[in-house]
Amino acid sequence: MNINLTLFGQMVTFAIFVWFCMKFVWPVIITAMEERQQKIADGLDAADRAMRDLEAAQDKATDQMKEAKQEAAGIVDQANKRANQIVEEAKQQAITEGDRLKVAAEAEIEQEINRAKEELRASVAGLALAGAEKVLEASIDDKANRALVDNLASQL
Amino acid sequence: MSGENPASTTEYIQHHLQNLVYGKLPGGFERQTENGTEVLAADTWTMAHGATEAAAMGFWAIHVDSMAWSIGLGLIFCWMFRRAAVRATTGVPSGFLNFVELVIEFIDSTVKDSFHGKNKMVAPLALTIFVWIFLMNLMDLLPVDLIPKVLMLAGVEYQKIVPSTDPNITMGMALGVFVLMLYYNIKIKGVGFIKELTMHPFNHWAFIPINLFMELVGLLAKPFSLGLRLFGNMYAGEMIFILIAMMFAAGAGTGLVTGGLNAQLFGEGTNAIFWLVIFVLVCGVCWMNLRGKISTGRTVLLTLGLLTIGGGVFALGGGLMQWGWAIFHILVITLQAFIFMVLTIVYLSMAHEEDH
Repeated sequence: MNINLTLFGQMVTFAIFVWFCMKFVWPVIITAMEERQQKIADGLDAADRAMRDLEAAQDKATDQMKEAKQEAAGIVDQANKRANQIVEEAKQQAITEGDRLKVAAEAEIEQEINRAKEELRASVAGLALAGAEKVLEASIDDKANRALVDNLASQL
Repeated sequence: MSGENPASTTEYIQHHLQNLVYGKLPGGFERQTENGTEVLAADTWTMAHGATEAAAMGFWAIHVDSMAWSIGLGLIFCWMFRRAAVRATTGVPSGFLNFVELVIEFIDSTVKDSFHGKNKMVAPLALTIFVWIFLMNLMDLLPVDLIPKVLMLAGVEYQKIVPSTDPNITMGMALGVFVLMLYYNIKIKGVGFIKELTMHPFNHWAFIPINLFMELVGLLAKPFSLGLRLFGNMYAGEMIFILIAMMFAAGAGTGLVTGGLNAQLFGEGTNAIFWLVIFVLVCGVCWMNLRGKISTGRTVLLTLGLLTIGGGVFALGGGLMQWGWAIFHILVITLQAFIFMVLTIVYLSMAHEEDH
């Protein structure tokens, strides 16, 4: 258990090993570890960011969908309204047209009637004249007169 | 049993506690050789044969075994961690790199917890101390007789394979730390360091001698307690391994080779080769079990059979005690390495702090 040169031998050895460790072992490994830590932290950050981005994108997509739906519903509504309007307009037009046609037809009929009446008047005068002629010719045959008048009347 | 023979017991312990020493024998020393006594004419550098010669060498001697194991283990540490450093990438780490990074992370957090100055050297220093001391202490778990006996067969007379049971080694490291403490105390505090030594704890000029005495004792106690704590713990642990090995002249498991070689040492007539064969067979059986070639039940049976052939039930007891102490000792080993490291960090941190 005597103290001897081994003491200093060990001191020198100790110094050499510590120096070696300080120079070639510790910095290399600790740098690699720190870099890896940084990389992992960055990776996790990126993953977080991506998640947030994804969520935002999903939100945006939902919003856009909703908007599009609303827009589409608006368009459909408008279209329906427009269609109704057109149908209504067409109905109205048809009714007016119908009325106009009816009025025109009535007017025409009136005209026809008037003309017919005119014609009738003209022919009645002639017929009366002809009848009177006939009556005068056949003298007084009551039976024949009646028949003539009836005949005349039926020609009216 | 060797325990029945006090002379051989003492011899056995002493043999185990004797380092392999290379040093300078002074001129005029009477050397006991096979051809009788030989008086040295001049100072001679030589291997010591026995404790007497080692003692005569005094300071000018070196513990070859301690130095060799310590440097060897230090090289293993450097090689292991350098390999990890070369392989270190920012990508996904592999198994071995994971382990090294685990150790480094642990040391780094310990240093960050207790060291508050700015110094690039403290963390690598702590890593070196922790792993190196751990490896040196780990040698304690090898069967006490295994390597000494094998080396003895190879012609090496003494061998202590646990460097941290050598006070030179532990004090060498503690003094290294002490030098760093002094260096940083002076570098960081400058005159403040002298003030700290003279004006604490009593801040009055009249108390300077008392202050100086107290502070110096406190300062010197640090490296001594650091080195001797490690030495004491490891020395005691080693002693218990030796005592168990001695109590059971034959052993099993860890104690198998231990006890076997023990028996060989004290002439129980057992052949060391026989014990080695049994040890290798047991290791083989365990290995086959690990590879899944044979079931655990069969492994236990085979091992027990081999051990029964090898050392008998009594030997098994010795082996179990070695096992038990070894398992407990794993705790001591790690704890002592950790304590040495933490205290180093704390001392250096104190050297960096301006205010007391």
